[in-house]
Amino acid sequence: MLNLYGIEKTFNVGTVNEKKALNGIDFTINDGDFVTVIGGNGAGKSTLLNIISGVYMSDAGKIVIGDEDVTNKKEHQRAKLLGRVFQDPMMGTAADMSIEDNMAMAYRRIKRRGLVWGITAKEKVKYKELVATLGLGLEGRMTSKVGLLSGGQRQAITLLMATLEKPKLLLLDEHTAALDPKTAAKVLDITNDIVSENKITTLMITHNMRDAIRLGNRLIMMHEGKIIYEVSGEEKQKLQVSDLMELFAKASNGEFANDRLLLG
Amino acid sequence: MNILTWFESNIITVLSLEGAIAQGIIWGIMAIGVYITYRLLDFSDLSVDGTLGFGAAVSAILITQGMDPYLSLLIATIAGGLAGLATGIFNTVFKIPPILSGILTMIGLYSISIRVMKGSSNIALFQYKRITTPLNDWLVSLGVAENAVTNLSTLIIGVVFAGALIGILYFFFGTEFGTAIRATGSNANMSRALGVNTDLMKVVALVISNALFGLSGALIGQTQGAADVQLGQGAIVIGLASIIIGEVIMCRKDHSFWYKLCAVIVGSIIYRIIYALTIAPLGQSLNLRAYDTKLITALIIAIALAIPVIRKSLAERRLRKANDKKFTNVGGNENA
Ligand SMILES: Nc1ncnc2c1ncn2[C@@H]1O[C@H](COP(=O)(O)OP(=O)(O)OP(=O)(O)O)[C@@H](O)[C@H]1O
Ligand SMILES: [Mg+2]
Repeated sequence: MLNLYGIEKTFNVGTVNEKKALNGIDFTINDGDFVTVIGGNGAGKSTLLNIISGVYMSDAGKIVIGDEDVTNKKEHQRAKLLGRVFQDPMMGTAADMSIEDNMAMAYRRIKRRGLVWGITAKEKVKYKELVATLGLGLEGRMTSKVGLLSGGQRQAITLLMATLEKPKLLLLDEHTAALDPKTAAKVLDITNDIVSENKITTLMITHNMRDAIRLGNRLIMMHEGKIIYEVSGEEKQKLQVSDLMELFAKASNGEFANDRLLLG
Repeated sequence: MNILTWFESNIITVLSLEGAIAQGIIWGIMAIGVYITYRLLDFSDLSVDGTLGFGAAVSAILITQGMDPYLSLLIATIAGGLAGLATGIFNTVFKIPPILSGILTMIGLYSISIRVMKGSSNIALFQYKRITTPLNDWLVSLGVAENAVTNLSTLIIGVVFAGALIGILYFFFGTEFGTAIRATGSNANMSRALGVNTDLMKVVALVISNALFGLSGALIGQTQGAADVQLGQGAIVIGLASIIIGEVIMCRKDHSFWYKLCAVIVGSIIYRIIYALTIAPLGQSLNLRAYDTKLITALIIAIALAIPVIRKSLAERRLRKANDKKFTNVGGNENA
């Protein structure tokens, strides 16, 4: 499904701020996998997702999604294959546009946009039904500007948008990090429902270790631009947060043994 | 006393009022172009100061060479679009910031416009056939007074062009493609994630708005009877003033797109009326001069921008006062 071969990325090459964010990533995600990604601040998790989605071009290596080599494809070209939800709730929706217009934009992610009307009456009905499934009471506000919604509501809408046309790969970058605990749990539940119902291959970054263990069938840990640990299947189910802490300490030679950010 | 003669002697001549409305509509086409970049694309495009004169120059030189005036409008529109293309390429390909991209096009066009006009900075068009010529003849044959004819034909042409453009733009920005342009202006990051080539959208929007500048400049030149390279000087400010006046006066809630465009035209008309007032009898009695118009423009914009803020804070204060009453018998003493 997704194949990464020897991905490297260095920021600010040739300056004092030079920073190797990804240092040789070889990684494969199979169809139907739900992979959770953990790692300390600056480990390169977001950079990895941004390299996959084409926000940044990799310095070395090859990226294949499905059977398409996208290494040299631009962000908007890769969008046909990807669904994305960001950490910042403002990033995934257009504040000046209505809920239904936002969804109509998302619905055309894989299509050529032509000179026909941007949203049909049939679509509006469909979007309303979909939004109702979120259980947030937003179905009565389909023509409201998205900018008037709360962060959690916006993230839920963004999730719907990202999966409106089933993506080959869904990329979630700490998409609940900006939400209060209750809303975060709700959005995570919605995520899990949508992903398992539609069998969407997913890569999700989280700082919450319990979520990382509880959700998905595979887990990877990143540190200094590398994948330093990987676990899947039954072994992952049996994992404890303390195990992860220990593993992390060992893999990174103890230097981050007390990384509170990893505790979640 | 007849209301019109009162108007004429006290405030503004009816003819110049009519002229202000007619010019307001034609300049309003320019303001709609500014609206597309400034409000929809969130791109402060300063090209307009050059493109307006450029459109007038292209159309004027073609007319002097015997081209049909309507065809010359089309070519001026295309020429304006090319100017937008330049600004768009500066910004998206060479990553030059929006304001600087616009300035580059603007100053470049001053030279190009003079070159287009064969080295002179203006061309008089009075003796040539212009878009207003057949209309003028027709109005005269209907018995309209000679001195009112120009304003009336300008008004008719302005209404037809502005009406058609609002219709076309309303349709265009409602299509899938047009929605992608609006989305790019609202959130470029999201748009790319949803498969939109945001660079292309920016360029297309700049081409459209500058095409409107070219058209508007050509219309202004032809109806005023002269093209001048300085025509567009300060146009961006006039465009913004029109948008803001229109919004303050006509937009209280979220209106549909065609209505917002109409508001821009209304704003432009009001701007022209205020402008005319300053040089009409009213202005003269206040000892205003033509060179005061720049200051008045600045004041109009400042006031128009201040009104919504003042309105909001007044509403908040009223609410606060109403709610305070509920607490008069509760809690501590201010002097305690
Ligand atoms: N656009 C950029 N320009 C320069 N450096 C960058 C850029 N993006 C990321 N970096 C650097 O690359 C490294 C990896 O950053 P990244 O955002 O991938 O970390 P992360 O694992 O997502 O961390 P966090 O958990 O804090 O989100 C960091 O040192 C960061 O400073
Ligand atoms: Mg990150």
